[in-house]
Amino acid sequence: MNTPLRKVALALMAMVVLLLGNATYIQVFAADDYRADPRNRRVLLNEYSRERGQLIADGLPLASSVPTGGELQFHRRYLAGPQNAPMTGYYSLRYGSGGIENAMDPVLNGSDGRLFVRRLSDLITGRDPRGGHVELSADPAVQQVAFEELASRDYSGAAVALRPDTGEVLAMASTPSYDPNRLASFDAETQSQAWGDFTSDENDLPLTNRATSSSYPPGSTFKLVTTAAALESGTATPDTQLTAAPTITLEDTATELANFGNNRCGSGETAPLTEALASSCNTAFAQLAAMTGEEALRAQAERLGIGQQDQRIPVRVAPSTVGEIPDTAALQVSGIGQRDVALTPLQNAVIAATIANDGARMTPEMVDTILAPDFSVIDEFEPNQAAEAMSPQTAEAVTDMMIASEENTSGGGKISGVTIASKTGTAERGNADLAPHVWYVAFAPAEDPRVAVAVVVEDGGDEGLDATGGSVASPIGRAVIAAALQGDQ
Amino acid sequence: MLTFAAVVVTTALVLVEVNQEQEVSRTLLYYGAAYLGLFATGHIAVRMLAPYADPLILPCVALLNGLGLVLIHRLDLAGAAEATAVGEPIPEGLVPRQIAWTTVALLLFIGLLVLVRDHRMLARYGYTCGLVGLGLLALPGLLPSAISEVNGAKIWLKFGLFSIQPAEFSKILLMIFFAAFLVTKRDLFTTAGRTVLGMELPRARDLAPLLVAWGLSLGVLVLEKDLGTSLLFFGIVLVLVYIATQRVAWLVIGMSFFVGGAVLAYQLFGHLQSRVTAWLDPFSDYDGAGYQIAQSLFGFGTGGLFGTGLGAGRPDLIPEVETDFITAVIGEELGFVGFAAVLFTYLLLVMRGMRSALAVRDTFGKLLAAGLAFTVGLQVFIVVGGVTKLIPLTGLTAPFLSYGGSSLLANYILVALLLRISDASRQPAPTTTGRPQAPLAEAHTEMVRRE
Repeated sequence: MNTPLRKVALALMAMVVLLLGNATYIQVFAADDYRADPRNRRVLLNEYSRERGQLIADGLPLASSVPTGGELQFHRRYLAGPQNAPMTGYYSLRYGSGGIENAMDPVLNGSDGRLFVRRLSDLITGRDPRGGHVELSADPAVQQVAFEELASRDYSGAAVALRPDTGEVLAMASTPSYDPNRLASFDAETQSQAWGDFTSDENDLPLTNRATSSSYPPGSTFKLVTTAAALESGTATPDTQLTAAPTITLEDTATELANFGNNRCGSGETAPLTEALASSCNTAFAQLAAMTGEEALRAQAERLGIGQQDQRIPVRVAPSTVGEIPDTAALQVSGIGQRDVALTPLQNAVIAATIANDGARMTPEMVDTILAPDFSVIDEFEPNQAAEAMSPQTAEAVTDMMIASEENTSGGGKISGVTIASKTGTAERGNADLAPHVWYVAFAPAEDPRVAVAVVVEDGGDEGLDATGGSVASPIGRAVIAAALQGDQ
Repeated sequence: MLTFAAVVVTTALVLVEVNQEQEVSRTLLYYGAAYLGLFATGHIAVRMLAPYADPLILPCVALLNGLGLVLIHRLDLAGAAEATAVGEPIPEGLVPRQIAWTTVALLLFIGLLVLVRDHRMLARYGYTCGLVGLGLLALPGLLPSAISEVNGAKIWLKFGLFSIQPAEFSKILLMIFFAAFLVTKRDLFTTAGRTVLGMELPRARDLAPLLVAWGLSLGVLVLEKDLGTSLLFFGIVLVLVYIATQRVAWLVIGMSFFVGGAVLAYQLFGHLQSRVTAWLDPFSDYDGAGYQIAQSLFGFGTGGLFGTGLGAGRPDLIPEVETDFITAVIGEELGFVGFAAVLFTYLLLVMRGMRSALAVRDTFGKLLAAGLAFTVGLQVFIVVGGVTKLIPLTGLTAPFLSYGGSSLLANYILVALLLRISDASRQPAPTTTGRPQAPLAEAHTEMVRRE
């Protein structure tokens, strides 16, 4: 009788093995599918049972978790959602997170190593683990001006304001924008509808943070890079005489390159570099680019941060690029910021800030301080110099040219008593029927810069084919500068 | 071993409290001590009343029962938190009742050890046990629904303060009957009949007991809509017959009966069809029949390898989680690792039972011990398999873990009997040779082995 007993015992073991095998499948192999299933409310309940940290700017909670008293214990709320969206990002159960909400997630959800000791004490005292807070370098007043200047005119575009000596991001606006509150809704339907709206081409991709994720041809604003390259490489001085012809033929081609409005560059046969930048003469800069050479231009661009891969501030920044330059003609066109040159608004702001900061390029950074759940300081942002992009002399020379350029620039919003150094750009898009993207990069006050800005408005804003950086983008840039300087006082 | 179980259970309790933001207080230690005291009493009783009994069986039971109490307490807290959130009064917890049941069950356990000094005496009451068992089994089906129906299953006897599931007890009574019956009649089963397809089939009239058992379990199914218990009964009878006769033919016949019965029942009963549909694809009817299994699978999946931690998951999302689905709590909060540990604890318990069956000298003891051990194993398989979508969900309690007085009482009776048989099997043999030999007094139960 013992033989069948042993067989039954074996059968019982086999049953347990079967159960274990099945559990292995469910808990190991299929576990992710079950966890990610939208009908599985566990993940949602767990996420919302924790008090996520706040995103703070100048004492204002831009994003905070509000107790609901319900089953989902905390609700994520955003202050002035669309305005601050590029600063905050979004946090959605269904669609994950983006922007700072994503980049600083370990701190906000409390899992960051720097919060470890406090987590441990929370555990012992039996308190819920809470997330740390993140204080942003943003100035909400500047942010508001930047956003409203773009949004009130229904522009698609972006504006970035940096503090030149530290790299701190003062404002970062992107339009059209989105309301992260809708993505944080408890209602799955609202969330999915919001996601559809925010990612549709028809609505011009509101979810995209144009300041960091979109790159545009920089047009004439790139002449700053070409000028710096020429001065740094010793190819030219501010007084070097360049052609003043309204058109030139590109090297080894039949292609004509013209100045804006087919104007001559000044009154003479030639014009000094200062004049050429102030009047933004394409022909002169095509000549200058060819003189400077690809190598020097690329090296200068790289020192200014162009081409940097995987940059995080801590939001990920799309790389900017000078593009392919196969021949001299291409170099000439690239030298005036056309062809394959593409910069993010943030990168263009960094260029302005670097010139403002005597040629020292500071790493841009959106986060100022990391705070514990009880708001005590855990970690502070230290300004970091990324590179010595140009000598102070070069920076000073370029600044003088930019002051002259500002004087030549139309558009409203000039601030009395403040000297602005700027450069506009009107970037053609390879097709005469497409309205240009218009730029304005600047810093002020020129003698002691406290803010650097870059503004881009897509498709000529409300002026279409007639738009220029001066007419469309510069008033926005000046308003942002005014707001930033006012906040300083 | 018992201390080990107590430490594990107390730690589990502390973890629950921490994760549920309750204060970690000295009371927890008292709970742990009370638990240790309760099972120490049980342990001392075993050492006095059945000194040679397997020393691992009771600690296994204590561990499972203690873990069950912690889990039920954990679900009480979840219920209370939810009630607070929606502003309703906090419902009465289940754990005080379960502790009371545990105490009663342990008393019954000790009482049984005192009363039954030799398991062989049970064989004399075989037919009595059989009749009482059948009576108990049929009782709820015959009584009006008002006192026997809960959630559509007519398997209860409701008394004012508490209700019991008589099937849990008739399970053991019938097992005693089957074991006793098979000991006296097993020659009948081994009588050669016709040979079909190279297999020796028993004669038709020898099939009668099996047919009766099969008929009865289907009868229970029809009357009381209790799928799990009928499946369990059927499996036990089949295995007992197989052990007694050593004929694989019986298994084949039994399985064909099972398949036939299952197909027939599937055609006849709507609730069985919905169970099968929910098993095949719980997500096709997510808001209906599949909801419970889907939630259980979500729980297991979310738990993953190491689990969310005791008290940190959301097992309260599973309906009826404190009874049939209690192992899903383990899967979610202790992960695969904890789940496997619990399964191994069951396996250890069952294998110790099977060892007693192997070692005991009389046939009745062998059959009864094997039956009891197999019951625990099969019940775990049916309920855990159902919860993890391995087999269709049929609704049984997880022995010692689940909330429910009848199940707890019955399983403690089962363990008491198992310990009694184990005690007999491990008593030192009168001779000093390695092989234990049957004392002369037991010779009449020793059967000649027919291979």
